[in-house]
Parts: sequence; structure tokens; C-alpha cells
Amino acid sequence: MKKTKLRGLIIIAVILVTAYFFLPLVVDNLPSFWTEKRLKLGLDLQGGSQIQLQVDFTDLELTQKEREDAVKTAVQIIRNRIDQFGVSEPSIQRIGTSNRIIVQLPGLKDPSRAKELIGKTALLEFKLLAEGEKIQETIDTLNKYLDENIEKYDYLENFVDLEVEEVVDVLETEEETETEEESNRIFTKLTTSEDELPLTIDFENIALFKKLLKDPEFKVQIPNGIQIAVGKEDKYDIYAARTIYFLLEEAEITGKYLEKASVKIDQGYNPQTSGKPYIALKFNKTGAKKFSNITGQNINKRLAIVLDDVVYVAPVIKDKIPNGEASITGSFTIEETNDLVIVLNAGNLPAPVNIIEERTVGPTLGSDSIKAGIMAALIGMAVVVLFMILYYGISGLIANIAVAINLCFIIAVMTMLEGTLTMPGIAGMILTIGMAVDANVIIFERVRENIKAGKTIRTAVDTGFSRALVTILDANITTLITAIVLYQFGTGPIKGFAVTLSIGIVGSMFASIVLVKAIFDGFITNVNRKKLSI
Amino acid sequence: MRFFSDTHIDFINNRRFAFIISALLILVGLVSLFLNKGPKYSIDFTGGLALELNLTPVNENGKNIDIQEIRDLLAVEGLSNVEIQDIKSKEDISLVLIKTKVTSETGEKLGDKIIRLIKEKYPDNVEEGKFVRLQDEVGPRIGGELREKALLAIFWALVGIIIYIWWRFEFSFGLAAVAALFHDVLITVGIFSITGREISLPVVAALLTIVGYSLNDTIVVFDRIREDLKIYRKESYANVINHSINETLSRTIITSLTTLLVVLSLYLFGGTVIHDFAFALLIGVLVGTYSSIFIASPILVEHFISRQKRSGSKKRKI
Repeated sequence: MKKTKLRGLIIIAVILVTAYFFLPLVVDNLPSFWTEKRLKLGLDLQGGSQIQLQVDFTDLELTQKEREDAVKTAVQIIRNRIDQFGVSEPSIQRIGTSNRIIVQLPGLKDPSRAKELIGKTALLEFKLLAEGEKIQETIDTLNKYLDENIEKYDYLENFVDLEVEEVVDVLETEEETETEEESNRIFTKLTTSEDELPLTIDFENIALFKKLLKDPEFKVQIPNGIQIAVGKEDKYDIYAARTIYFLLEEAEITGKYLEKASVKIDQGYNPQTSGKPYIALKFNKTGAKKFSNITGQNINKRLAIVLDDVVYVAPVIKDKIPNGEASITGSFTIEETNDLVIVLNAGNLPAPVNIIEERTVGPTLGSDSIKAGIMAALIGMAVVVLFMILYYGISGLIANIAVAINLCFIIAVMTMLEGTLTMPGIAGMILTIGMAVDANVIIFERVRENIKAGKTIRTAVDTGFSRALVTILDANITTLITAIVLYQFGTGPIKGFAVTLSIGIVGSMFASIVLVKAIFDGFITNVNRKKLSI
Repeated sequence: MRFFSDTHIDFINNRRFAFIISALLILVGLVSLFLNKGPKYSIDFTGGLALELNLTPVNENGKNIDIQEIRDLLAVEGLSNVEIQDIKSKEDISLVLIKTKVTSETGEKLGDKIIRLIKEKYPDNVEEGKFVRLQDEVGPRIGGELREKALLAIFWALVGIIIYIWWRFEFSFGLAAVAALFHDVLITVGIFSITGREISLPVVAALLTIVGYSLNDTIVVFDRIREDLKIYRKESYANVINHSINETLSRTIITSLTTLLVVLSLYLFGGTVIHDFAFALLIGVLVGTYSSIFIASPILVEHFISRQKRSGSKKRKI
């Protein structure tokens, strides 16, 4: 008797806990302490973006400690940026101790904007433009280098002059080709203009040009102290050609000294710029002093404002600027200026980050998935419930109650653990409905066999349950093993599947071995039954 | 109600027949895998891009989309290695699926570029917020890592299972069970190859679930075999095991049926996201049920008979 009492207590406890965590889903207006823990919907159901970033240390020589700090700082800065951008319940987490960061942005309308915001290093630098001779020297050096090493750059073959190629093809003697002295001038051709400054680059060649600039062998050919940079993309005309700038590599002043960046609207009388947004920069005290010196010493020279190696604007210094104020003007959209201000104020990332994985689910697909998941669950459950009643009568009905409680149990435990429900998670629950009746089927078939063998109802049920127990444990533990392995190795949604499946297996074992047995016992003990609907 | 009571189907003596069917199924799958140079992996494992776009006309200027037009548009931009599918689920909705294994090296992400190009070309078919339904972009390195992870997961699941069965049963039971598992997974992967479906992360999860499920089925039968071998000590192995299969047949079929019903519901109504996942489960449940009756137990019989012949024991009839 003591044993049955203990069993009764356990059943009541489990049902109470299940009800406690399940109730907030179906009843409104519960006190707030009750609804504190809730089941979150995964990004695949509510819509949103998951972005995996890798901090890129390839161009930096850092100690282990510095790398460690860099990743932590990056997480902090990205968090600041996203907070400023305004996303509800974002999650920014470093993966273990790796160089990787996972950013989750639920319910986002325009993920591409968020991506740009996250991925920007946002290193702000002010650099002087190189003088004419230095530029010519650079162009000549690069033309010469490319001519001699064109075989290393097969993606530039479109810019090789065909005539010169023919000369080589006909196998003229070496001396003759040398005397020709005719250069391909590939670098000049790539930059379209015929020796006129400023150089520009056509839209279709920008990707090639950037690739070339990143090539390590090409990089070392650029004369010391010179940096080649491309002008900013015009959001109103992204196919426009862009200017190529030759900068003095050393920055005069950087964003480190920035106190505040803000969006301003031009109130001037110039119809070209009036009413357009620009970014006002304010340096701190040290920065203002530096800036004052730089502007004072370089009057009539051009000073480029460079963000992540892209030149935003390069005005001529007309006068000394003592108050530490500067502005970035140009053809900006309002969103662009807002986002730039966010990244400038949050500070620059200690190292560049690359987006290595992105998964975005739009809100419509998410809600479609929820609807489909509920539909599949309802239909699947209805069919199974009906089948069990048809096939096992009252016993089938009891099994169905167990399955229903098990479903509530899964959701309650997920809520208790503050888990996340994903689409594969819903699939796991639906699968559990099918598998949960399995334990009952095993038991019921045993009981039927026993009854057929002429045992009394009481013994038939008892031995049926105890014999089936071993089988149920063996069968479910193997499934549990695979679920645990899935959890260990899986990513986001797969983990969700593994979690619901595992909880479902444990719940279904409890439901069939403890709960259904208790109901059966109550059925048989009190009344001396001759027949059992099974 | 009951479907199967007192069946006396001779599964064991007809085992050669089942072996031939299985061998054929596996062979066809292997040939397909060979011809297609291995399984068709999704971008989860190769790296690449998958985009699902809603191009339903939003105003009177909008027209239904011609896939060829999009293909041409992308080809002009040098994106020719792109798979474009029309997945209209209903008459008035125009959904387009774009897939490519190409990944962008620098600058603008490929997905963002394609989205931009299509937005510019079809302004009358784009409704902000509803346009992009799915954008998955996986870098090549991540793809490689996921592949490694998936293989490791399958490996460790099998190790765990063999150890558990070894502990609970004889080693030979474990081997027979694992042979049946390989059988199930091979056939499922083969059918995926024949039907041109991709192996994605969720499909790998489904394969592992099949492994667990098929094993579940097999163990119920094995459990009965173990029990019956103790009860009928003189009877031949073939007769005992055949008896066990028949005894558990009702349960095997009923459980498979209920599971099959929910998986079918998942496949039919569960939506596009888990379609392939549900398909793998569907095949897996069918093949898993079949294999625990027709493959795992007969292998056990073969093993016992050859052991008996080797030892020359006369305890049981042959």
C-alpha cells in the first residue's frame, strides 16, 4: 500500500508542476510571477536573422591575451551597435572560447542593414592625400610590375593589349620585343582614365580592383607610405564610377579622439546640399588640439576622411579649425547617416569581422511554419487518438490521456528550462505522439496475450506491465542515446529537435509505466472485473 | 478490434527472398549514388546560398514572374551556376527558390546582391517585409565543419548504441541490429539520391532519428527472442525466432502504423521547411519496420545456425 501512496504523490506532483508551467499558455491575466518563465519561439518560427561572425586576425600580429581581449571587445561593441539600432531581445554571444560570435536578431524587417552595421570595423581615420609626383611614381611602378607579372593575375587578362600578345604569339625574337618598349599599362587601363587625375574605376571593375589591392604580392609593390583607396558608394547611384584616392598611409588623427558623432541636416543656401543629411563630428579636447594643428599646418591640402579604408570625402583644408569640429558630407541616405553615427559612436572593432554564416527567416515563412506545425500536430494527434480508441477501447482512451499529458509535459518542461521552440522541435513533439503510444501498445499487447492465455484480469495486467517494462526501457534508452548525441553535435534547430524528443521520451515512459498503470490499478482493484476493454 | 492474432507467417524460411529484395534496393541506391557522384549535399555542408523570395504581384503593374527572366538577369551579372525553382504553393502566390553553391569572397554578400537585383527588376512584385522569406548563406569553411560534425554525430550514435545493446544482449544481437541500421540508412540515402533530394542538416537529424526508431523496433523483437529462447529450449532457432516475430507482429505493425500516421501528417501538412525531414522519417519508419522483421532477426538466425553447426551441439533441432 505504501508503494501506491508514493506513486500517487509522484503523479500529483508531476501533474501540478506541468499544469503550473503550461497554464500561462492557455489562461490570460495570470499574476506576473507566474508568467515570468516562458517558452521562446525560435528565429525560424518568429522570423529573424542569425549571423555568425569570425574575428579576422590574419593581418594582425597579436598575442593570445590580446586576441582574447579583442574578441570580448568586439562582442561588447557589436552589442552597443545593435542596442542603438533598436532590436528587441537581441542575443550576442561568443561561441565558447573561439574567435566566433553568434548574433541573433529576432523579428527584423531589414536584415541587410543590420548586417552592414554589425560587420563594419568602423575605423575612422583622417589622412592627407598624396602629392602629384608621388601619385605618378606609384602608377608607373604598378604598371611596370603588372606588365612583368601578368601571368600571376589571370583575372586581369581582359586588360592586356591584344597586339602585344600577338607579338609574343608569333614568337618574334626576344630582342625585338624588348625594343618595342610598348607597355600594357594595365593599372592605368583598369582605372579607365588616360593619365588624367583623379583616377576613377568603373562599377564592373570594382570587385577586381579590390581583389588586386588585397593581393599580398601586389601590396608590397605600392611605394612605402602610400595607400590606395576607393571612394564611397553612392546609395542613390550604385553603378556610378568611383574615384581612386592616393593617400599618405599614416593617419593624422583617428576615431579614438572622437567625442560624439551626430546626424545633421544641411540648412545652407546651396541648393546642391541643402536639406540633405550629413554627419557632424566632435573631437574631445586632445583630439581638438591635434585637429587644430593638422589643419593649421596643411592649409590648401586635401584631407580625406576614411572609414574602413573607404574614402567618404576629401575636402581641401581652407583654414585652421580650432574647435575640433568636422563634418562628413556627401550623397547620403538618412538610414546611411543614422547607421554611420551608430557605428562611429560605438567605436571601432579591434579587428575586422567576417560574416561566415547567415540564416534569415522572414516573418511570413515563420508564421506559415507555425500554422503548418499546429495543423500537422492536430491532424496527426486526431488520427492516432481515434485509432487507439477503435483498437483498444477504454484502454486506448486511457493511453490517449497519457499522450495528451505527455504533450503538456514537454511544453511545461521546455518552459521551465526557458527553452526555445523551433520548427524541428515541433516535429520532435509530433513524432513523440506517435512513439509515445508505442509503450502503451507494447503493454496492451502483452495484457491481451495474458488474457488469452486464461489469466485473470488482475494478473494479466500486472504481469503484462512488468514484462513490458524491460522492453520499454531498452527500446527508449537507445532512442535517448541518439537524441543526446544529436544535442551534442547539433546546431540551433537540431538542438531544439533533440530537446523535445528527449523530454518526450522521458515523459512517455513516465506516462505509460506509472500513470497508465495507476489508472488501470484504480480500475481493477476497487471492482472485481471479469472483462477488460482492451 | 484486432488485426493480427495468432499469425503463423513463416518469415525465417523465406528470409532469402527478403535478403534479395533488400540487396536490390540497396544496389539501386548505390548505383544512383555512384552515377550522381555521391549524395547531393545541401548548402549546409557545401557552403552556398539558398533564397526563398515572394514575388507575388503587389499592384496592378505586377505580373507573374517568369523563371527564365530571373535566370537571364542573374546570368548577366555573372551568376550562371544558379538553380532557380518555381515553388508556387497556391495559384495567386509566386514563390521563387534560388540556390547556388557559389560563395562570395569579398564585399557585398551574394544573397544581398541577388535580392537587390531582383528588387530593382520587379519593383511591382516586392512587398517590404514579405519579400524575403528565407535567406541562408553558409561560408565554405562552416559547411566543411558542419559535415565533420554530422559524421561525428552518426559515428558516436552508432558507438553508443552498440555498447548499450552489447551490455543488454549478446554481442551477436548488437551486430545484427547495427547491420539492420546500416540497411535502413543506406536505403534511405539511396532513395534520397534517386528522388534528387538534398542531404541537409535536418535530414541528418532525421537519419539519426531513424536509427533510434528502427532500433526501438528491433529491440522489441529481440527482447521477445531472448525470452522465447529460454522457454523453448529444444526447438530449432528458426522456429523460436519465427515464433517471436509472429508474437510481436501485432505490436510492431500497430506502433509503426501510429508513428507512420503522425509522420505522414507531418509530411503532408508540416510545411515546406521540414518537408525533406518528414520525407526521410517516412521512408525510415517503413524501412525500419521492415528491417526489424526481415533483416535483423533473420541475420540472428543465420548467426545462431552457423554457430550451432560449428560447435556440433545437438541440444536444439536444426
